[in-house]
Amino acid sequence: MYGGGYIFEEPNRVQQREEQLHDDPEKLAAFEMRIAKGEKIEPGDWMPAEYRRQLIRLIEQHAHSEIIGALPEGTWITRAPGFKRKLALIAKVQDEIGHGQLLYNAAETLGKSREAMINDLLSGKSKYSNVFNYPAETWADVTVIGFLIDAAAIVNQVANAKGSYGPYCRALDRICYEESFHLKQGHDAFIELATGTPGQKAMLQDALNRWWQPIMHFFGPPDKVSGHSEKLMQWKVKMASNDDMRNQFLEAYVPKIRELGLTLPDPLLNKNEETGRWEYSDPDWDLFFEVIKGNGPCNKERLDVRKWAEEHGRWIRKALMKEEAFGKKAMPVA
Amino acid sequence: MNDSLDPRINRLKLNKTDDPCKVEEGENWNVFEVFHQEKRGAHHEHVGCVHAPDAGLALVFAKEQFGRRKKCVNLWVVRSADILAFDVEDEDMFANNLEKTYRDASGFKVMEKINKFKAQAKQANDK
Repeated sequence: MYGGGYIFEEPNRVQQREEQLHDDPEKLAAFEMRIAKGEKIEPGDWMPAEYRRQLIRLIEQHAHSEIIGALPEGTWITRAPGFKRKLALIAKVQDEIGHGQLLYNAAETLGKSREAMINDLLSGKSKYSNVFNYPAETWADVTVIGFLIDAAAIVNQVANAKGSYGPYCRALDRICYEESFHLKQGHDAFIELATGTPGQKAMLQDALNRWWQPIMHFFGPPDKVSGHSEKLMQWKVKMASNDDMRNQFLEAYVPKIRELGLTLPDPLLNKNEETGRWEYSDPDWDLFFEVIKGNGPCNKERLDVRKWAEEHGRWIRKALMKEEAFGKKAMPVA
Repeated sequence: MNDSLDPRINRLKLNKTDDPCKVEEGENWNVFEVFHQEKRGAHHEHVGCVHAPDAGLALVFAKEQFGRRKKCVNLWVVRSADILAFDVEDEDMFANNLEKTYRDASGFKVMEKINKFKAQAKQANDK
């Protein structure tokens, strides 16, 4: 599911852009020409250092988001209402973990090891999508995640699948194919509550109220604040601006929410028929940055669970270790 | 202990000490490329890779990862380090010389000759 629409960049990283100046201008021009022509870049190709760095950051954070994103939903497997919902949720969570594996592999082709990525996740250096730092309090939360967070992620992933880096695009093609089931089962569970008893409707409305702000945060700060995307868009690392993706999401999904008689907790949320754009009140961006820094309701729990899994899985990884695993080693080839 | 909404997480007695956890390089084993066969008689196609301690377990993980959703009748795995490939920078060596029609089916125009021969034979007959 979960391509975090917003890729967090540490503020002090901006200075490192200088390394871009050292790229061979001729090679850079040829590289940019290939991208402009719609060609894909493959692992062994020459690429600017900054392109490599940004892609590792993007794909790695996407991978972490898949793995961490499975936690709030995984919580509900034992309590899913009914056998069919439980089967679907298990299948979905397994898919998400699989997506994490595909994405780690794609990032590895750029030269960062799986172990280094896991270490950066555990130390907090590398981020994941902010929405997963909120708790799934009721079953209705799971339906909101399965329907709307997946929908938001699909907007992002379908765009990124047309990007310039071959291994990432191929991973996303497979992911998008699997996501179509996630979205449908989420929508189905969402509708069941929306058209159910007054108690079910109230539970869903409550979940929607709590999740609306994180969903508005999902695509990242408004374009006027988030300045660094011009080069990334030219290189087809970023395929659409934060505001454009948010608008695309609102256009497709607000009507699907409202047609069920549900409301959204923003009195200003409305489509401006003249401009064709959605207008809304600014979500609390200070809160957004606080949560990224690690101060959200579930940041610590998520990382602690991940750390527990690493520590308690170590013995079996070691027990299975064979000569082949130590032998000749290489990054994934494609 | 923990105050998670998930009772299973509360039972884990998560490490509260903030000790850093470090994964050693190589702890996640080696990388294997995976080739997927969709139906009998079809080619095995490269679909991605898995991390595994040996080829046998790589097959098990490959089945879980790449045989889970789409149709699959067989899988191959091979250690990524054992793949030999041309350097992508040498792509130009595959450029086709335009004069190599002698190795294409379209480079041989037999029908023209047959038709000409038949026409001549018919003319001779008609006389």
